[in-house]
Amino acid sequence: MKDLIKKLVEAVSPSGYEAPIRQVIRAEVEPLADEVRVDNLGNLITRKGQRTAEGLKIMLVAHMDEIGVMATHIDEKGFVRFIPIGGVRPQTCPGGRVRFMNGAAGVIGAERIENLSKAPGFEQMFIDLGASGPADCPVRVGDIAAFDRPFLDLGKRLVSKTMDDRIGVAVLIESLRRLGTTPHELYFVFSVQEEVGVRGATVAAYGLEPDLGLAVDVTAWGDTLKVARMEVALGKGPAIKVRDSGMLADPRVVNWMVHTAESAGLPYQLEVLERGGTDAQAIQLSRAGVPAGTLSIPCRYVHSPSEMVDYDDVQHAVSLMLELLGNPVHLES
Amino acid sequence: MTENDEFVPGIEIEQLQLLERLCNACAVSGDEREVRTIVLEQVRPAADEVKVDALGNVLATRHGQGENRLRVMLAAHMDEVGFMLTNDEEDGIFRFDTVGGLDARQLAGKAVLVGKDHVPGVIGAKPIHLTTGDELKQTITLDTLRIDLGPGNSGKVKIGDRAVFATQFAHLGPSIRAKALDNRLGVASLIELVKHAPVNIDLLAAFTVQEEVGLRGAHVAAYALNPDVAIVLDSTPANDLPPYDAGEQGSENTRYNTRLGAGPAIYVADRSTLSDPRLIRHFVQTAEESGIPYQLRQPGGGGTDAGAIHKQREGIPSLSVSVPGRYAHSAAGLARLEDWQNTLKLVYAALTGLYSEILSVER
Repeated sequence: MKDLIKKLVEAVSPSGYEAPIRQVIRAEVEPLADEVRVDNLGNLITRKGQRTAEGLKIMLVAHMDEIGVMATHIDEKGFVRFIPIGGVRPQTCPGGRVRFMNGAAGVIGAERIENLSKAPGFEQMFIDLGASGPADCPVRVGDIAAFDRPFLDLGKRLVSKTMDDRIGVAVLIESLRRLGTTPHELYFVFSVQEEVGVRGATVAAYGLEPDLGLAVDVTAWGDTLKVARMEVALGKGPAIKVRDSGMLADPRVVNWMVHTAESAGLPYQLEVLERGGTDAQAIQLSRAGVPAGTLSIPCRYVHSPSEMVDYDDVQHAVSLMLELLGNPVHLES
Repeated sequence: MTENDEFVPGIEIEQLQLLERLCNACAVSGDEREVRTIVLEQVRPAADEVKVDALGNVLATRHGQGENRLRVMLAAHMDEVGFMLTNDEEDGIFRFDTVGGLDARQLAGKAVLVGKDHVPGVIGAKPIHLTTGDELKQTITLDTLRIDLGPGNSGKVKIGDRAVFATQFAHLGPSIRAKALDNRLGVASLIELVKHAPVNIDLLAAFTVQEEVGLRGAHVAAYALNPDVAIVLDSTPANDLPPYDAGEQGSENTRYNTRLGAGPAIYVADRSTLSDPRLIRHFVQTAEESGIPYQLRQPGGGGTDAGAIHKQREGIPSLSVSVPGRYAHSAAGLARLEDWQNTLKLVYAALTGLYSEILSVER
């Protein structure tokens, strides 16, 4: 799976501009699926299976967009001013590199910091593409870029930009690849614009009108120094979300996931996330309401250019997905 | 219908007079009746169907001709920011709240018109004679401000009435100054497009309500119209002032949002929408091929009806185009007639070249 993960994380596709990653994913899923289509906002929607008497219509979603930056002004010296697209953390930016959709690359510089106890804001930063003025700058207002950082394989741990949420994409693709028979009509949705407000999943859920929704996304961590208190650690298995700030997961969905993991002898953790949300919240509130939950991959340093996941967690997530999707679903409170 | 071939979008005395009526009308979010009345009067003779929906949006349709026509929603919000009376403190003095995004620091001393009879009043300010040195350094907050209609006039209005700035429209040579240019410029443009609808599309005009309080009218209008594509016509701030005014240290204003005189502002990204890149390309290409000036609005905050429209149903490819204007959401904005005319030209030209092929490429 590592080759697949590397391929996915290296694609440059910030929110709203997901065409490159969609092409990569499409090449993987097209031979495996019964039907593949792209909707009005660019969501890639893949169907597998037909609903049987004991099956449901299930929407599975992992978002394919990533956080990035967008040019707002090319100044007289050729420096590119920018805004964040999605939840970019300013303290992770200076010294970082970005790559625009047209291939142009640059480094993020910052003004001299007068107050060392305060991180510079985006208005104090700029992208240096080696240009000397607007005329030779390869970027113009409105161009979008993603953070540029190579994939790093530490054996048990994997590090890269955009583990959020290409690791979820990898879990869905691998689940689709290894899926045997299923009583369900499964929609594997690779969504757009999650990082700017779960916009892609909102319209995909409206269109699919599923009986059940499950997002696969990363979650935060509680196992490094002086980090927000959280009972999630890398290597202890995928996390079954109980709540985050955008959703109270359906308790029946949580129970279904917990029972399935326990029956199969798969490791799992329960996740209570203070701040953050996933596409599942959009599914839950779609139309007349949908039972929804999230399977999370614990991920350190989320929304930095070096996000770390545990490879065992990833593989256990695939195993749990196969258990969840291969059998009839009984939602019980 | 043949008039379409001959139509050259332009701003003449007729369009200016209509804009003047629209700007001087009072239509704070939730009470858009005055503007709606003008819109209905203007579009009824031209449109194939006109209806007012449950929230007060005006939905006007003009059917085109030919196969595979795109159903294009064009939206412009009718409402404006303003005030609402909340407490009667007698003798013509009222507490009030703001409706939509207004800066409380800008309100003291401004003349206002209240209620459906446009009762004149003023947001009272303490005279400089009586103001202490400490007070001069303090920000004036909303709860210290009152609308004063003068003694004996309390009975002319009631709690819940809306108020607007009393600024009257002024034509200043190549510029115009008025309240509510955001978004009567869009409304006036959309009226013009309904009157001269390109025949290659089905034009679904939505004159929306309650944009300034959260894109509420557009939300339901888009659901009802269920279009293939949406174009939002609005007005966006031009902060093209010297750098000292933009709060920058250097010699360059890097946060102008848009510039007056630089043409229609095409949106790439704001807080609520990432515009459909296919539509951005189409509008930019149209402008360049037709020699119409344009600018890309600086990506950043703010939002338009597109924020509600593009997420409706199964997703609607959307783009916003704005006329730039200085001093938005204040007592008096300033815009250039040539920017308005070029906006109308660009939107008309882009619509006449808009076919279903544009959606055959994946976003």
